[in-house]
Amino acid sequence: MNATGNRAAVDADELRRRVRALLDAHPPATTDRLDFLRARFDAGLAWVHYPAGLGGLDAPRSLQAVVDAELEAAGAPDNDPRRIGIGLGMAAPTILGFGTDEQRQRLLRPLWTGEEVWCQLFSEPGAGSDLAALATRAVRDGDDWVVDGQKVWTSSAHLARWAILIARTDPDQPKHRGISYFVCDMTDPGVEVRPLRQITGEAEFNEVFLTGVRIPDSRRLGGIGEGWRVAQTTLMNERVAIGGGRVPREGGMIGLVADAWRRRPELRTHDLHQRLLRLWVESEAARLAGERLRQQLADGRPGPEGSAMKLAFARLNQQISALEVELLGEEGLLYDDWTMRRPELVDFTGREAGYRYLRAKGNSIEGGTSEVLLNIIAERVLGLPPEPRTDKDLPWKDLPR
Amino acid sequence: MSTPDLLYTEAEEDLRAAVRSLLTDHCPPAAVLSRAESGRAYDGALWRALGADMGAAGLLVPDKLGGQGATAREAAVVMEELGRAVAPVPYLTSAVLAVGALLGCDTGQDAVARLLGALAEGRTVGALAVPLSTAPGAPGAPGAPGAPGAPGAPGVPGAPGATVRADGDGALSGQVSGVAGAAGADVLLVPAAGADGYGLYAVETAETSVSVEPLTSLDLTRPLAAVTLTGAPARRLAGDDRAGAAIGRALLTGAGLLASEQLGVAEWCLTETVRHTKERHQFGRPVGSFQALKHRMATLWLELVQARATARYAADALATDSPDTPVAVAVAQAHCAQVAVHAAEECVQLHGGIGMTWEHPAHLYLKRAKSDEIALGTPGRHRQTLAGLVDLAAPTG
Repeated sequence: MNATGNRAAVDADELRRRVRALLDAHPPATTDRLDFLRARFDAGLAWVHYPAGLGGLDAPRSLQAVVDAELEAAGAPDNDPRRIGIGLGMAAPTILGFGTDEQRQRLLRPLWTGEEVWCQLFSEPGAGSDLAALATRAVRDGDDWVVDGQKVWTSSAHLARWAILIARTDPDQPKHRGISYFVCDMTDPGVEVRPLRQITGEAEFNEVFLTGVRIPDSRRLGGIGEGWRVAQTTLMNERVAIGGGRVPREGGMIGLVADAWRRRPELRTHDLHQRLLRLWVESEAARLAGERLRQQLADGRPGPEGSAMKLAFARLNQQISALEVELLGEEGLLYDDWTMRRPELVDFTGREAGYRYLRAKGNSIEGGTSEVLLNIIAERVLGLPPEPRTDKDLPWKDLPR
Repeated sequence: MSTPDLLYTEAEEDLRAAVRSLLTDHCPPAAVLSRAESGRAYDGALWRALGADMGAAGLLVPDKLGGQGATAREAAVVMEELGRAVAPVPYLTSAVLAVGALLGCDTGQDAVARLLGALAEGRTVGALAVPLSTAPGAPGAPGAPGAPGAPGAPGVPGAPGATVRADGDGALSGQVSGVAGAAGADVLLVPAAGADGYGLYAVETAETSVSVEPLTSLDLTRPLAAVTLTGAPARRLAGDDRAGAAIGRALLTGAGLLASEQLGVAEWCLTETVRHTKERHQFGRPVGSFQALKHRMATLWLELVQARATARYAADALATDSPDTPVAVAVAQAHCAQVAVHAAEECVQLHGGIGMTWEHPAHLYLKRAKSDEIALGTPGRHRQTLAGLVDLAAPTG
């Protein structure tokens, strides 16, 4: 850790001063978007809690809001965070936490500006909830690793320049110990991306086939065999990223059905009214819990509530979208469009009620199933004993598959 | 609307530590049970230590009126700890509801100020003489639109909200059922209607014309009583212009802070259930290692995370007098009441046979949780209030 003196020096006023200097040197109205974003990164105003030189100023995370508000007020472009969520939310904290100086310097700036899109090569057809059972192999060949295997449920793979990848480097070790974590170049000729059509008719995700993909050892994150530990960082951040966005009251799924309720008195029934009010209360409770989680994080006290938020969000999205289809009655029997498409952005509250109902089914599966998250809460938060297991100490190659 | 602070300040954590330490020493579950069986209304020694010596009784009373000048945020922390211990003390009934009603009266009036000072000291115990089940803002409740005492309300004698009549000399007659904290109280604050309109009156329970009949209550730790007044001498503290609003605000404050008590009840239930299922072995392993049980406890924890956020929001809204307070309180009540009941029911079930015994304290928490669900408005009643507050109208016809 560097620059502890710097940390003390950067407060909200200092940040405002630096934002003004950035805006003076690069007026948004006359500056190319990418040039502005690069300059913002170099000024340490990208993510102020990151280290100086890597887009930050070692400042408290809570002060980011000051910078964002000033820049928004000045009409400055942002980095379109929704388009690069995997990079920002998952790859970046992992690179920061486990990357070498060289990796951080090379990767973080274009990640943050959005010049380079990231995807995540974790899940496999045979390794979903039991991710540590993954079978994609990485075999050492000189200074490179040669990777073969299949990954699935990869969003943005067709747009991505880079992927965070976990692969098995030692099948003779028990499954959690033989995994290493890499940065994979998605332009490698051995990478093949195929759309994966889903329940909604469209294809947000991909299957990714890796055949003889060469990754230099210099693109490994963390030690050989330590990939599982590194991946924990990514996954915890994923849960916060999925469940932890700031929302105003009625900002999520509940707002849509509340609007429909207000606009369409002819659809109202007493049963739906009671259920709507319950879900409204639960949505507000979940929203406040999310707000409280953010206050804890800003306070430097991260808790395990991220997993709780993701669970609550999944259940509510499913129940509310189901209620909405029912509320619509005859219209609920229709669907807007089954055409196979590849949306660049995914909005759980987008399109129409039927789509929202079907898409919400994924919320309790993606980023950790609700059942696994309940296990995590039970064991890591409540300290309940684990189920007896037979798979933890056997060499991976001897496990039944 | 400023961003609410949903966390606990350092001072609030210090207050919690002090209250918890006192309750750990003076209010173990076995003592709560034996006191409940003794028939005494509350634990006098504990209340002296907490209310008077520690000053909790006066938290909500301004300094200049003899209190601590704290806010609903601090009171909520006390309520959490009292819930966690199902402590048999008149904190909600005297230090929150009775104090709350007095704060809505003209505190420049000597009688009001003196009574507030006495309650703040913790040596005098008061109770607001309304049924514990009264919801803030419910149709007919004091302070609700159209209710007696509300602006423009007719103040009809005998209308809902005033089952007691004041005669020409200011003496009160009538009955109020299901009053919490009346048994053991020194002073009752009684809403009554009479020739002078609707008002809030103070009545000394020592008067022979005042009868406080203990009822056999579901909640052994917060017993109810029926209050009967037969020409009881009374002092008028507030009239038509402010009595309804004062009582309404007291009920809103009480309901908002009750959410924190429910949070405390739920926390104890989850903590004890986790402790028990880690220790209890069946089929050669701790029963807490079975997923069927783990998922139920993890689900409860999730409910608690959200309950804490809603309870803190309600406390903060009350403390800052936010315009969103009615929504914050209704959400907190609708949510926390059910979380407490769910946690207490799971506590009994996951303890197995021992959870069904009189000896194990789980039943005290179940009884408190179920009573709290009805107290100051059921969850359904609060959702109904919300429907009006957030424009989600019921179907017509």
